[in-house]
Amino acid sequence: MKARIHVTLKNGVLDPQGKAIENALKALGFDNVAGVRQGKFLEVDLAPGDAGAAKAQVDDMCQKLLANTVIEDYDIEIEG
Amino acid sequence: MRSAVVVFPASNCDQDVARALEKVTGTAPHMVWHADSALPEVDLIVLPGGFSYGDYLRCGAMAAKTAIMADVVRRAGAGTHVLGICNGFQILLETGLLPGAMLPNANVHFVCRDVHLKTERTDTVFTRHYENDALLRIPVAHHEGNYFASDQVLDDLEGSGQIVFRYADENADITEDANPNGARRNIAGLINGRGNVLGMMPHPERAVDDAHGGIDGLPLFRSLLDALS
Repeated sequence: MKARIHVTLKNGVLDPQGKAIENALKALGFDNVAGVRQGKFLEVDLAPGDAGAAKAQVDDMCQKLLANTVIEDYDIEIEG
Repeated sequence: MRSAVVVFPASNCDQDVARALEKVTGTAPHMVWHADSALPEVDLIVLPGGFSYGDYLRCGAMAAKTAIMADVVRRAGAGTHVLGICNGFQILLETGLLPGAMLPNANVHFVCRDVHLKTERTDTVFTRHYENDALLRIPVAHHEGNYFASDQVLDDLEGSGQIVFRYADENADITEDANPNGARRNIAGLINGRGNVLGMMPHPERAVDDAHGGIDGLPLFRSLLDALS
């Protein structure tokens, strides 16, 4: 069983790295780029079990360590 | 004054702050390794600068979850004084001992130079040897010092006088140009409501000797010695 977690900056939180990437894309000629936000992607392998319980557990992981909810949102998908 | 410096993997200012403490207090601090589960009885705990755990995940995130930090949080709750410098400040934010979070510097560069700081509180255990509104020159060296908190939290911090240091220009004016990292409201250092936990991005331990090019960090350590002895 695998958990896939996207951690992204909340709306309204400045993303200096995303802005730098946006500028680099424009410098490469991608003129239609209107914005870039950089985030994180994590995969957590879990022992097989109940998907609902796994999601609740991963949510707890996000609250305690994987995301900083002052500045970040997260989204969890459980597979298999 | 009895003090301890917590040393994490990739802390790199632990010796600097130990020297500053020894120079001012006459006593070497306990150096406590991150894998230890408890601190000795001390009056002051210092979380030094560096790149604990390689800044993995977020600056300070891994260090904040160690057993030794659980003891630091307990001690802070019991009234022990805690000073977090640079990465130590980031760790304090990640533990929730201080509010807010750090983002990468607005210009995406590592900034390593002297900055001017305006001292907004001189009635704390950490700053009582500074003059009111004193303008200090102290080095910063960080990539993630762009302090962020919501408007509500920032208003609360200002209302309760918890902003201790702000980035200023050489005339002590709080300007955008004087802000080295984009920190909201030019915040360089914060204290908790109880007044026993201070976090700051600048490095006072790098300004305690004429050979450093300045000694504006000395009064901070003298304040602690005076208050906690």
